[in-house]
Amino acid sequence: MTEVKLEERLITCIASYLDDCPHIAVGVISPIPGSAAMLAAERQGGKVSIIGSDHPKYRCDGGVELFDQAGQGRINAFFLSGGQIDGQANINLHGVGDYPEMKVRWSGAFGSGYLYFLVPKVILFRLEHSRRVFPEKVDFISSPGVSEPGVHRPGGPHALVTNLCAFSFDKAKGRFRLDSLHKGTTLEEVQDNTGFAFDMPEHVPQTPEPTDADLTLIQSDIADAIAGPYPKFARQVFGKAA
Amino acid sequence: MLILDPTPIEAHFLRMTQYLNSADDLAALIPDGAQVAIAKPPLSPTAIAGAMIRRGIKDIHLITSPTQAYVADLLIGGGCIGLVETSGVSLGEIGPAPRFVAAVKSGALSIKDSTCPAVYAALQAGEKGQPFAPLRGLIGSEVLANRPDYKVIENPFEPGDDIVLLPAIRPDFAIIHAAKADRFGNVWVGGRHELKSLAHAAKQTLITVEEIVDEDLRLDEACAPNLISGLYVRAVAEAKQGAWPDAAPGHYPFDEDAVIAYGAQARTEEGFDTWLNDHILPAVAAE
Repeated sequence: MTEVKLEERLITCIASYLDDCPHIAVGVISPIPGSAAMLAAERQGGKVSIIGSDHPKYRCDGGVELFDQAGQGRINAFFLSGGQIDGQANINLHGVGDYPEMKVRWSGAFGSGYLYFLVPKVILFRLEHSRRVFPEKVDFISSPGVSEPGVHRPGGPHALVTNLCAFSFDKAKGRFRLDSLHKGTTLEEVQDNTGFAFDMPEHVPQTPEPTDADLTLIQSDIADAIAGPYPKFARQVFGKAA
Repeated sequence: MLILDPTPIEAHFLRMTQYLNSADDLAALIPDGAQVAIAKPPLSPTAIAGAMIRRGIKDIHLITSPTQAYVADLLIGGGCIGLVETSGVSLGEIGPAPRFVAAVKSGALSIKDSTCPAVYAALQAGEKGQPFAPLRGLIGSEVLANRPDYKVIENPFEPGDDIVLLPAIRPDFAIIHAAKADRFGNVWVGGRHELKSLAHAAKQTLITVEEIVDEDLRLDEACAPNLISGLYVRAVAEAKQGAWPDAAPGHYPFDEDAVIAYGAQARTEEGFDTWLNDHILPAVAAE
């Protein structure tokens, strides 16, 4: 067996947070979460909708209909990221410094200002685990992690998966809890690179490694399917052409 | 080729939709300061955007439905845009949209940040001729805090339930690139239903197409539900490769190498100007 790639480890880690999700939707710039959604659906059945895919299995109306489905509760899981994500799971997709003429400016909210409120299991994902990405408080709240009582909020953060570890989010406390460390990561490394306080169990386990069956599936069917919407990713990680 | 004689109603449509020679002729209909809406890729209206830059159109209020990439960045760098209303501008997997980022940071470009379903809902309100649309989400975000035009009200049917109201969007122009149009003003958009909404919401729609076909697209049951009716279409012009480097499904794929090159080159104003000289401005010389 060749060495497990970080991307493969992250795909199976994210998939472990997607139990009981009959419909998972995937947005733009999300090839690893997209692959995880496919893996979860292969294991438990269910539908994956990938915005921008022309694959018949994953194709969806990536315009109005996807948001209508979220509004009705027909989407169980979605993925978001952030230039910054803080300890209350507030996400910042707009930039650093004073709005609007920010020192650093990112793309904008995309669908987050709505989907973060409505999709029950939003998995946050970021490949750079650092204090600049995970500060105590974001510079700009593109979308809040928790809402005041009375705000219609069936959805919200469920987990945060990074290149180092995985956290789950406790909505009642409004805090992250460290669930597992990816192979080769130490607790100290996570603490040194996280700007916010988080809870953790007495002993933090290692993130389970992908099984051989998972790896076979990821490297064949999933790599082929992901090449449509994410050609660059498929080429770089799996050596696949679109 | 059989050319159908227009019925009286079709003749009315023929009067409504002008068939012009080029994207430049379409751009000539857009005055400075107009509100112009464009949809997200694929099928971005690159040919019309290039013509707008060549014409030196200024102070456009650009609305992206709901996001954009290369074409918005091009229009911003090309000096056409004074205000952008968007849910996000980036080159996707390739990286940031360099001219958008530079213009927002410097304050040269005003911005109204939104979120995708808010733009869709506001356009749908425009399409229905209604003054506003309600939308879930947004409450507690700084997106909402920076949009004084978005209001929060109590749901009149359920006390204690707050909800956001968005004013309708009725752009002066929608500009669209599509695969084909017929000679009766009908434009086929395939599965891109949001392009129909965009055209319905806009006061006028200007469209470039890969080809103008002789058959009446309304006669084909598979085609008919996916048409922008000529009722909405002010003018059409043929523009082959009119979405490049964006994809036109069925005609050509996304030219990833070109957008990677653009993303690198447009990081500096000088590099962007070279891009304009190489890819956008030559069409003037060709006239």
